[in-house]
Amino acid sequence: MATQRKAVALISGGLDSLLAAKVMLEQGIHVEGINFYTGFCVEGHTHAIRKKDKAKPKRNNALWSAEQLGIKLHIIDIIEEYKQVLLNPKHGYGANMNPCLDCKIFMVGKAKEWAVENGFDFIITGEVIGQRPMSQRKDTMPVISAESGADDLLLRPLCAQNLPETKPEREGWVNRAELHGFSGRTRKPQMALAEKFGFDDYAQPAGGCCFLTDKSYSVKLTDLWASRGKRDYELDDIMLLKVGRHIRPKPGFKLIIAREEGENNFLQGYKKQFITLMTMSHKGPLTLLDGEASEEDLQLAAQIVARFSQGREAQSVDVQIAEKGVNKLITVKPLAAEGILPAWRV
Amino acid sequence: MIELDARRLMCPMPVIKTQNAIKPLLPGDKLRVFCTDPGVLQDIPAWCRINKHTVLLAEERDGEYILTIEVGNE
Repeated sequence: MATQRKAVALISGGLDSLLAAKVMLEQGIHVEGINFYTGFCVEGHTHAIRKKDKAKPKRNNALWSAEQLGIKLHIIDIIEEYKQVLLNPKHGYGANMNPCLDCKIFMVGKAKEWAVENGFDFIITGEVIGQRPMSQRKDTMPVISAESGADDLLLRPLCAQNLPETKPEREGWVNRAELHGFSGRTRKPQMALAEKFGFDDYAQPAGGCCFLTDKSYSVKLTDLWASRGKRDYELDDIMLLKVGRHIRPKPGFKLIIAREEGENNFLQGYKKQFITLMTMSHKGPLTLLDGEASEEDLQLAAQIVARFSQGREAQSVDVQIAEKGVNKLITVKPLAAEGILPAWRV
Repeated sequence: MIELDARRLMCPMPVIKTQNAIKPLLPGDKLRVFCTDPGVLQDIPAWCRINKHTVLLAEERDGEYILTIEVGNE
């Protein structure tokens, strides 16, 4: 009896990785999924902090994919290790702060390590030649295989017929003729294959699965580094970049102002770590102050917060400033709308 | 009963913490996870289903979400 071969599949939660894993299962391969959490993943519920998003069904698409496939999924926290990928990408960034090629090399490399540790034979991804401008090109695919250390143990079932044979194909572990030759940005072949397999409620994130591909998020991240004078971050930093209005009236401090109830609730969890401002005489958003602020700065911060409260047209608004368990109340005149300079908005 | 504090973590971190806490446990062992992200009510049961563990109880108490899990056989 032939040995059943085992493949570890990189599962992002999108359609391509779902299909790639299914193609392997159809060939009798034992497949288990691996999903890496960088802290920048759109997956999970970080995108559903806002109350308006709560009406939408919430699910982790990687878990959903694994459940559809009937395979195990191993979710790996790579937040710390990923810093080096983001801060020093050998192959540079894409349109925003997305180090897509280095990211893919890193993840395939981690999957290779996992495969060796767990007795798996090869690695599969849902990559398609030409699908993504940075990491999924004909000339970058061999770079990923080589620099990740996976070499010819990396199989891309959706475009394998356009690439040189890998070991799983050469050794007859999988049948190359039953793999695919997809290429380009069109999604039609994937959608047809999804229909054939009976997948219909799959995720199709418009901006990909990573906040680093988002222009607005990338601007906030570079602003954070510039204000601190160093390129580094903690998980809380990058979580907070996803939430609220970010206003930097002075280089030394920034305000993170909740835009609605869901964000207000989320920011409550950070009250012990930050100076917080809250309007007391009128309804208004919870605001975190990130950085160092003098008394004069706090006055300006309170005027800005008052501008975003229901007392924006009032002559005076009471604002509570809380720092390390000590509360003080100040009364300010809300800043005029034109007082919030466009350059302050991050 | 082993308890795991996953409060203030957003998904998928509570799932990752649960996964790592279950790794050294034996079939039949029980784990109670305390969370504040409501997303766990969807994600931890999904993770348990695909990994053959059983969610015995999922409850909301004082703004916290508490899941009791029995470790499965795999």
